[in-house]
Amino acid sequence: MTLTEEPRTTETAQPEIGRARRRKEDARLITGRTTWTDNMVLPGMLHLSIVRSPVAHARIGSVDVSAAREAPGVVAVYSGRDFAEEQGSLPCAWPVTPDMVNPGHPSIAVEEVNHVGEAVAVIVARSKAAAADAVELVDVDYAVLPPVLDMEQASTQDTDLCHAHLESNTSFHFVFDAGDAGTGGDTDEAFSGADVVVSRRFVNQRLIPAFMEPRSVVVQPQGDNYTMWSATQIPHILRVMLAMVTGVPEHKLRVIAPDVGGGFGGKLQVTPEEVLALLVARRLGKPVKYTETRSESLMSAHHGRDQIQYVDVAADREGNVKGLRVRLLADMGAYLRLITPGTPALGAFMYPAIYKFPAYRFELKGIFTNKTPTDAYRGAGRPEATFAIERIMDELAVELGMDPLELRRKNWIKHDEFPFTMVAGLEYDSGNYEAATARALELIGYDELRAEQQRRRESGDPVQLGIGFSTFTEMCGIAPSRVLGSLSFGSGGWEHASIRMLPTGKVEVVTGATPHGQGHETAWSQLVADKLGVPFEDVEVLHGDTSISPKGLDTYGSRSLVVGGTAVVKAADKVVAKARKVAAHLLEASEDDLEFEGGKFSVRGTPGTGLSIQEVALAIFAAHNYPEDVEPSIDADATFDPVNFSFPHGTHICAMEVDTETGMVKIRKYACVDDVGTIVNPLIVEGQIHGGLAQGIAQALYEEAVYDADGNLTTGSFVDYLVPSAADLPHFDTDNTVTPSTSNPMGSKGVGEAGTIASTPAVVNAALDAVRHLGVTDIRMPLTPERVWRALQTGGDGGDRAAAGTTAYGGASTESTTGVSTPASNPGGIS
Amino acid sequence: MSQITVRVDGVTYTDEVEPRTLLVHYLREQLGKVGTVVGCDTSNCGACTVHLDGAAVKSCTVLAVQADGSEVTTIEGLAAEDGTLHPVQKAFHEMHGLQCGFCTPGMIMASVDLLKENPHPSESEIREGIEGNLCRCTGYQNIVRAVRQAAGEMSAPETTGAQA
Repeated sequence: MTLTEEPRTTETAQPEIGRARRRKEDARLITGRTTWTDNMVLPGMLHLSIVRSPVAHARIGSVDVSAAREAPGVVAVYSGRDFAEEQGSLPCAWPVTPDMVNPGHPSIAVEEVNHVGEAVAVIVARSKAAAADAVELVDVDYAVLPPVLDMEQASTQDTDLCHAHLESNTSFHFVFDAGDAGTGGDTDEAFSGADVVVSRRFVNQRLIPAFMEPRSVVVQPQGDNYTMWSATQIPHILRVMLAMVTGVPEHKLRVIAPDVGGGFGGKLQVTPEEVLALLVARRLGKPVKYTETRSESLMSAHHGRDQIQYVDVAADREGNVKGLRVRLLADMGAYLRLITPGTPALGAFMYPAIYKFPAYRFELKGIFTNKTPTDAYRGAGRPEATFAIERIMDELAVELGMDPLELRRKNWIKHDEFPFTMVAGLEYDSGNYEAATARALELIGYDELRAEQQRRRESGDPVQLGIGFSTFTEMCGIAPSRVLGSLSFGSGGWEHASIRMLPTGKVEVVTGATPHGQGHETAWSQLVADKLGVPFEDVEVLHGDTSISPKGLDTYGSRSLVVGGTAVVKAADKVVAKARKVAAHLLEASEDDLEFEGGKFSVRGTPGTGLSIQEVALAIFAAHNYPEDVEPSIDADATFDPVNFSFPHGTHICAMEVDTETGMVKIRKYACVDDVGTIVNPLIVEGQIHGGLAQGIAQALYEEAVYDADGNLTTGSFVDYLVPSAADLPHFDTDNTVTPSTSNPMGSKGVGEAGTIASTPAVVNAALDAVRHLGVTDIRMPLTPERVWRALQTGGDGGDRAAAGTTAYGGASTESTTGVSTPASNPGGIS
Repeated sequence: MSQITVRVDGVTYTDEVEPRTLLVHYLREQLGKVGTVVGCDTSNCGACTVHLDGAAVKSCTVLAVQADGSEVTTIEGLAAEDGTLHPVQKAFHEMHGLQCGFCTPGMIMASVDLLKENPHPSESEIREGIEGNLCRCTGYQNIVRAVRQAAGEMSAPETTGAQA
C-alpha cells in the first residue's frame, strides 16, 4: 500500500502538535480492508433475526413460535418468556432525581410492548436469510392498548398511561434554581421587576442519530467465557453493564469494538440486541451474530432530542438581561436507557450560555410515551439548550428593537472576565467571544450581506435574505468524576492510558478512549511523538478491546482528547521520568544534569554525549545495567480525572435565502469561528466541525422522526428520514481562534459536538430574519418548504397543518386517537 | 439455485446462488468481499456501490444472477496490483474525505464513476453527482475537495506524476 506521507520527521522537525497529519486510520478504510463487526465470520456461527412489535402499546397474549421452529435452517426460536428470568433490566445509569420512576426495560418484551419495534421474539438460524425468512412465521397475539404519544397531554392528569403499573407518565421532576443553589439571585424577583419579559414555546423535534454502520454484535462463547464484538462506542462500559445485567461475571467477559462506523451518541448504549445475543449464545453454547437492517435501526436504536421548551427571558429596556426561566418537557420514549434522563438534565447548566444572567431557574419533567426511547445524540442536551437561548435572544432583540448581535455583546462575558463563574455554577475557564465574533463577521462578509438584504427588502424581491447568529458555548470533556457524582451519574469521568516502550524503540499507546471515526490513532501518535521525541510513524495506538485496553470510559461528550489525550500525555511524562533515571545511571551523570530534547537525554554542557529514549528502552529490556532502586521498565500508565469541564465556544453566522413564493430555503453562506483551545491536528478539527455543522443544519432544515396517530414511525427508512446528501448542504467557511483551556496541560477543548450544538439556531434565526418583516415570528423545525410557506401565508409557525395526523407537536388539526393538545392548552406542561 | 460466473476484482468465480440473492450479499457472504458494505435497505445510502462492467451500481439493487457473465470491481480491487492507490483513494486520504469510513468504499466507487463521466466537474456537479451516497461524518466538504483534487490529478499530463 502506498500512502503519500509528508517527509519523515528529522531532528529539526516541526512539533507534531498543530500539524495537519493525514490520518493513519485511512489506509484500511479507503481500501476496504476493514473489520466491521458484521464482517466477522466464526466457525459454526448462527444468525439472529428479531421479531419486532408492529403495535405501539399492547398486552402480549400468546406467542406462537411453532411454525418458525419448523422453518428450514432454523435452530431455535425464543420469546420473551424464555428469557424472562435471566434477562434483567437494561441499565439506566443516570437517575437524575432520588425519586425518579424507572419502569424497568426488558431486552425482549414479556408481558407488554410499549413501542413499535420492541423485540418480542428472536429467531436463531444457520443463515441470515433463513433467520429473516422465519420472522413472519411467528404469530403474536396482541391485545392493543391506547398509545400515549403526545408528551404535553401525557404530562397531565387527563391521560392514558404508558405503563399501567405506574401512577403517571412522569418519570421525574428535576429542578435547578440558581437562587436556591446560591449561584444567582431570586428568579421571581428578577421577572417581577423587569421592564421586558419575552416568553416562547420551542419544539426541539425528535431526531435519529443515523450512524452509517448499522449496529451489529457477535458473541462467541468459550466455556464460561464470552467474547463480544459490537459496533459500540463504549466497550468498557458495556462490559461492566452486561455483567451487572446478565450475571455473567465481569472477568469472564471480553468486549471488543473493532472498526466502528460512526456513533454520534447512538452507539453510547447497552442495547437489547447485545443482551439478547449474549443470552442466546449462552443458551446454545454457539457463536451468534445479529446485524440490524437500517429500518430496524431507525425504529429501535435510540432517538435523540424531543423536547418542548418554554423559555422566559427578562431584561431592562437598555437590553441588560435580568433573568432566565426554562421549563422543559422531555420525551423519554417508553423506557429509560443508559442516560435517557441525564440527556435533557445535562442541558440544565447550559441555557444561560455566554450571557451574564443574574437569575436562573430550570425545571424539567421526563415523560414516558409509547415511542422508541430517547438518549444521547451528538450534543445531548446542549444543542437543545443552545437552540432555546440563541432563539430567545433574537426574540428579545426584536422586542427591544435592538440589533441581535448588539444585544449579545452587551450581555456576554468579556475576555478579561475569565475565569468566570456563571449563574448555574459552572466556572468557564477561558474564552474570547469578541475575537471569534469579529473573525466570523469578516469571514462571512457581513456588511455586504446586510446591504443586499436591505436592497431585497426595498425592492420586494420574492427571494428574501436573512442573517442569523449563534454565539455559543458548551460544556464537554465529560467530566470531573466528583461533579458527575454530584449529578447522580452512575460512573466517573476519568480516562486511562498506558505507554509501552518496545525493545526496538517503537511505542505502543493503550487508550481507554474508543474511536469510531474521530482519528484517535493519528492524534494520540502526535501527542506521544512530541512528548517522547519519537517519530510519528513509530507509535501504534491500541484501543477498543477490554483485554488489550483494560481500563477506560470510552468516547462521547467530546471527551477523548481533553480527558483521554491528557492521560496519554501524563503517561508519556512518566515514561520520560523513568527513562531519565536509567539514562542518568548509564551516562554516569546526575539526573539533574540531564536534559531531554528531541527524544535524547544528554548531559548539560557536554556536547556529543547522550542516549536516545529508544536506546534506553533497549537497555532496560536487556536489564543488564540499571539503577538499584527502580524496576526494570520504563513503561508507564496514567489515569486522569479532569478538574473541570471543557468550554469551547464560537460564533456561527448563517446567511439564508427564503423564497417567499415557494417556501424554499437555501443557505447562501455559512461561516463559523470555533475556539477549541490548542489544536492538535487542524485537519481533524476542521473535519469534526464540518460534520457537526451538517448534523446541526440537518435538524434545522431536514430531519424529524415522526410518528403517526397509532404510534408507527412514519420516517422508518432512509426514504423518509432525510439525512442530507452533498447536494443538500452548503460550503462551510470555517476558522478558529485559539484561547487555550487552563484545565488541561495541552490547553485543548473538546470539538466533537461543537458544530452540531452551535449551528441549528443560527440557521433558524437566519430564516426568520429573512421574513420577520412579513409578520413571521417562528417556523417549526425542520424548515420544510411547506412549513415556511404556511408560516408566510397563514401565520403561526407553519407546523400545525404539516403535523396533522401525526405526533409532530402542536397539531391543531389532528386525527390522533389520543388527542394532541394545542400550545395554549397546557402552557408549560408543568404546574 | 442458479449458477453464475462473475469476475470480481480480477478473479473469476463460478458459484451457485439463490435467485433472490442480492449482488452485495453474494460479494460479502459468498466471496468474503467485505470491503463493500450494507448501510440501508432502501437503496438510499450508496455504501454498497461497486462497478458492474465499468459503471457504478448500488450492489443492493442488483441481483447476483444479473451479474452473471459480468465484471465487478469493488473497493478491494480499485488500487493497482502493486498497491498503488487509485487517485481517488489517495485524494480521500490527503483531503481528509473520510472519518468513520463506512460510506467510503461506496463514496469512492461513485466518485470514480462520476469522474469517468465528467472529468472536470464543478463543485455543484460533484455535489449532485454523489448525492446518491450518504455520509454522516464529514458534511461532504472534504469529499468534494477530494474529488476535485483527484480530477486534477487524473487529467494532468503523465509526466507531472513521474516527476514527483
